Amino acid sequence: MSNEKVINFMGLRKVAAAFSIALVLVAIGSLAINQLRFGLDFTGGALIEVEYAREVPLDQVRETLGGAGYQDVTVQTFGSPTDILVRLQQDHTPTLGDEVLATLREGTDTEVSLRRSEFVGAQVGEELREQGGLGMLLALGLVMLYVAFRFQFKFSVGAVVALAHDVLIVLGIFSLLRIEFDLTVLAAILAVIGYSLNDTIVVSDRIRENFRKVRKGSSEEIINLSLSQTLGRTLVTSLTTLLVLLALFFFGGEMIHGFATALMIGVLVGTYSSIYVAANVLMAMNVCREDLLPPEKEEDAELDERP
Amino acid sequence: MLNKYPLWKNLLIVLILAVGAIYAAPNLYPDDFAVQVSGASTSTPIDQRVLERVKRALEKENIAYFGAELTDANALVRLDDSESQLRAQAAVKRALGDDYVTALNLAPTTPQWLTDIGAGPMKLGLDLRGGVHFLMEVDMNEAVKQRLDVYVSEIKTLLRSERLRYRNVTHNRDGSLNIRFADAADRDEARALLRREYNEFVVSEEDNDEGAFLNINLTEAKIREIEDYAIKQNLTTVRNRVNELGVAEPLVQRQGRNRIVIQLPGVQDTAAAKRILGKTANLEFRLEARPDAPRTSTEAYEFREAGRPSANLEKDIIITGSAVSNAQANFDENGMPQVSITLDSKGGQMMNRVTRNAVKRRMAVLFIEHKTRTRYETVDGEEKEIRIPYVEKKIISLATIQTALGSQFRITGLDGAGESSELALLLRAGALAAPIYFVEERTVGPSLGQQNIDTGVTSVQIGLALVLLFMLAFYKAFGLIANIALTINLALLVAVMSMLSATLTLPGIAGIVLTVGMAVDANVLIFSRIKEELKNGLPPQSAINSGYQQAFSTIFDANITTLLVAVILFAVGTGPVKGFAVTLSIGIITSMFTAIMVTRAIVNLVYGGRAVKKLSIGWGV
Repeated sequence: MSNEKVINFMGLRKVAAAFSIALVLVAIGSLAINQLRFGLDFTGGALIEVEYAREVPLDQVRETLGGAGYQDVTVQTFGSPTDILVRLQQDHTPTLGDEVLATLREGTDTEVSLRRSEFVGAQVGEELREQGGLGMLLALGLVMLYVAFRFQFKFSVGAVVALAHDVLIVLGIFSLLRIEFDLTVLAAILAVIGYSLNDTIVVSDRIRENFRKVRKGSSEEIINLSLSQTLGRTLVTSLTTLLVLLALFFFGGEMIHGFATALMIGVLVGTYSSIYVAANVLMAMNVCREDLLPPEKEEDAELDERP
Repeated sequence: MLNKYPLWKNLLIVLILAVGAIYAAPNLYPDDFAVQVSGASTSTPIDQRVLERVKRALEKENIAYFGAELTDANALVRLDDSESQLRAQAAVKRALGDDYVTALNLAPTTPQWLTDIGAGPMKLGLDLRGGVHFLMEVDMNEAVKQRLDVYVSEIKTLLRSERLRYRNVTHNRDGSLNIRFADAADRDEARALLRREYNEFVVSEEDNDEGAFLNINLTEAKIREIEDYAIKQNLTTVRNRVNELGVAEPLVQRQGRNRIVIQLPGVQDTAAAKRILGKTANLEFRLEARPDAPRTSTEAYEFREAGRPSANLEKDIIITGSAVSNAQANFDENGMPQVSITLDSKGGQMMNRVTRNAVKRRMAVLFIEHKTRTRYETVDGEEKEIRIPYVEKKIISLATIQTALGSQFRITGLDGAGESSELALLLRAGALAAPIYFVEERTVGPSLGQQNIDTGVTSVQIGLALVLLFMLAFYKAFGLIANIALTINLALLVAVMSMLSATLTLPGIAGIVLTVGMAVDANVLIFSRIKEELKNGLPPQSAINSGYQQAFSTIFDANITTLLVAVILFAVGTGPVKGFAVTLSIGIITSMFTAIMVTRAIVNLVYGGRAVKKLSIGWGV
């Protein structure tokens, strides 16, 4: 073991801690001031996506709608210049979608076809927000329990702090850049929790193993050793995941953009946090060999025959 | 021996792969565009004659078709593309008229031998297939309020008949009832009476300078019951109307306490759909006309159920659906099926007044629906489709009055429990239903659906290609083995989704892409371990063995926790997000199998049981 190259990760732990705290504070600040730009799924309202046969100026579309008496209308392109998204903060009437489509058709001499139309009641949106928040908390809570059960209490604190760190930063970036937060992004955030956890568990697993195997050396040395040993794997997995996310981002279409963005940020932050946040918390809580003794012998015996 | 799988393990793996391949196979056969014809009511037969009419209609319009077939209750023709599908629908609808429902559908092309073993392609979600999704909410406050109004009149009648003097019975906003009495003695007696008559009441008393009061609240269980009732009533109505819309595979389902989800794949005309869904049905109770009654005072109506001669009814209406407060299918003291009907007190009085003098005559219940019929007219040389609304009234029950009826009576002599529950459902559907509102609506056009499929498939392909190339470059021979496992994983994922008839959505595809990226993680873990062991000086065979062994518990822990998160996502997510959770969960499980068992089997076949000097596992060794 000793012939391996060990990187002194924990030497930078104070800098990393300061960096993480700063990032989280900025994220919280932005969430407090900017807030999240919730999408239709969460706010309620109506949305109509249409496709024009050829490009039309957005102002012309706005004028058409304004002329027909629609208030509070946002018009933007969606993916391509001929694809136009109209949002209305308006009470729903059963015929709203068709009326808007008819208005748009009248206002231009090109062909307009409906791609999708969505309406979400304010009540439904509010419930989704609550459910989403609840889902995240539940995920964190269950993870904490599982890690405490499989590892040890200090590890579960490390894992949950790392997860909260990742989620807050992804949310913060979404709020800073004013990227729309819709249902698919919520799904992505939960996937980030899953991914980041995966990383943290792999690192924790190695730390536990080394505490039991390597009989000498301080906690800091053992953590450094473990992080160095898992570094290759951490980077390779993050890379393959980023590769597929890039494919999704560039080829997956407009509807999946927010999802891919959230996951990409999440994977980057999650990789960093599995090295610096979870291990840092362990250090701060003075994790030591005694926390992990006695080793569970029967587990190894049990797993011998597996693969 | 090191790195040799026993024969049974290899066979098991081969077996799983074979089953996976078979169940994934139906997805290789793309669905055909099709037009499906069914009867507007169950009594309309679909036979060879109908199929011939469909064929003639298509030939007349020069629309190419193939594979015309008859199934249980449907006739189906397959078409080349979505454009001719739309044209065919219009042509067929015109030729067959309103007795038939003509719907767009996608017909699977799975070969017979696959269908026989229960294999079929994955279902596509609305975002991939195009269609409408509605979420409707039942106004529960209104439902409870309607019921309370019934209680108010019942209580008044009861108190009067017991000669208890009350000042008034009021219905409060918070869903409680308030009765004011002239004196405390009457109040106490009333309290005992109400306790005896209604076990669904929570009764409390209150005295103040305005007089003696009783406060009545409904028990939680009763409120739940009212809500369930309101939902069921609306579900029946919505189902009936969806059938009328003519959708190939509609979904109507209760969601949570007070909502109904409706999914109509392939439907584009949302305005028509909403018009039909938003309509109310009604009931009319009428006496059967006497044989000698003058023609002008009677009307003949048909039965809803086919094959019964029509009946002559009086024009006078006893009560309408708004007087019906409950209808329940149950059994009488002899165990025969019956339907118990409850009317509000005014309805009960009307019923009593009429039926007192009509014992041994028969009373009919008419079910009234608002429907539309399509006609074609030529306006300015252009053919136009015109929808004409009309009211359809059909008899759902005709029963002999045995005695004077009041606000509670029952219909007996029914032909089995099936008939009684059907009748109760129709009575409820026609009774004054709690109002229902659209709270969510999502329409996806067919072009967007197809585009979503295309971009989804492209991103899976590109993502997979990138990962395969990377793994091959980084881990050489072992990378190739991991790649084989990854490809198998994808096939297994598709196979499991098809077996479970899970619905594939756009976020579901994103889940598949993500799985591709994360599934190699297990192999990366194993391979890094093997490399480490090699660096520590272990011979290749032991390094392989030790690498797999040591990585296992890490892989297990990491995947279980991710699975936990995916399950939570499934529980809190709705619609498309659920699709993501499904693919992610299945992907985690299949990837554990392929990344550990399948790669190990291949590694054992390649390296096991022979002297190996060097492993082709990439850099750093």
